[in-house]
Amino acid sequence: MSPMNNPQDLNPSSLKSRFTTRFLRALTKINGQKPISSSSPREMFQRYRRIKVAADKSMAWSVRSRRTWSRAMLWKLRSRYSCRQASSSRRSSVRTSTIIKSRQAKTSHEKENKNTTTGQDEVGFVVQADKLRKLVPGGEAMDLCNLLGETAHYIKCLTTQVQVMRKIAHFYSL
Amino acid sequence: MSSQGSRASNKITDDELNSLILKLQTLLPQLNQGRNGRASATKVLNETCCYIRKLQKEVDDLSERLSQRLGSVDITSFDAEILKGLLQQ
Repeated sequence: MSPMNNPQDLNPSSLKSRFTTRFLRALTKINGQKPISSSSPREMFQRYRRIKVAADKSMAWSVRSRRTWSRAMLWKLRSRYSCRQASSSRRSSVRTSTIIKSRQAKTSHEKENKNTTTGQDEVGFVVQADKLRKLVPGGEAMDLCNLLGETAHYIKCLTTQVQVMRKIAHFYSL
Repeated sequence: MSSQGSRASNKITDDELNSLILKLQTLLPQLNQGRNGRASATKVLNETCCYIRKLQKEVDDLSERLSQRLGSVDITSFDAEILKGLLQQ
């Protein structure tokens, strides 16, 4: 009965339903945590943060570890959580320096290419690719080919996420 | 995209790059409307960045909306079934 819109693609209907299930489960949990009467700005903000994290986590979990970006996102969420628990910045700084090193290697490599070929196009392209790397989770450690592939998948998942969240928000605003 | 690249020595050929860029372009609503030609790679990447930022911001806004709404409702398992049904459409 479930409509398979793009069977050759992500199979969005099953991604959608996996995400919906997880996200609703997380929302139920968040809803049960704080009493309704507490509406201090700080608590509102915390609830908003929790919901946002739940949305990202649910999406990354629904993709599982099949994608580099979802693995990177889950890693980031986990390490942020444990950083807050144990207040250890060692792990994140090690990871950051690894990322920075690989990024510097890539940037210098790409700069070499830029010098050998003419045209503003190349410069613009590299600049845009760098911007994209910052937006896609785990992008800074990817080569160009992977980056583009991961970006396409990430966009599809983001649109699913937005679609589901919109429906839920609409549902509960009635 | 002009194939100036004698970057064939690298990991990615121009053809592969072109097809990946084209694939991205099909996902972008603003570039895909009625444009049969292919936009330049740089433009596609630029639009991609803008689109991702827009989507991420929308997730943020929706999270905020939900946090305001949910304070005062209960989510039942019945709701979950209805929602999943709605989303299948």
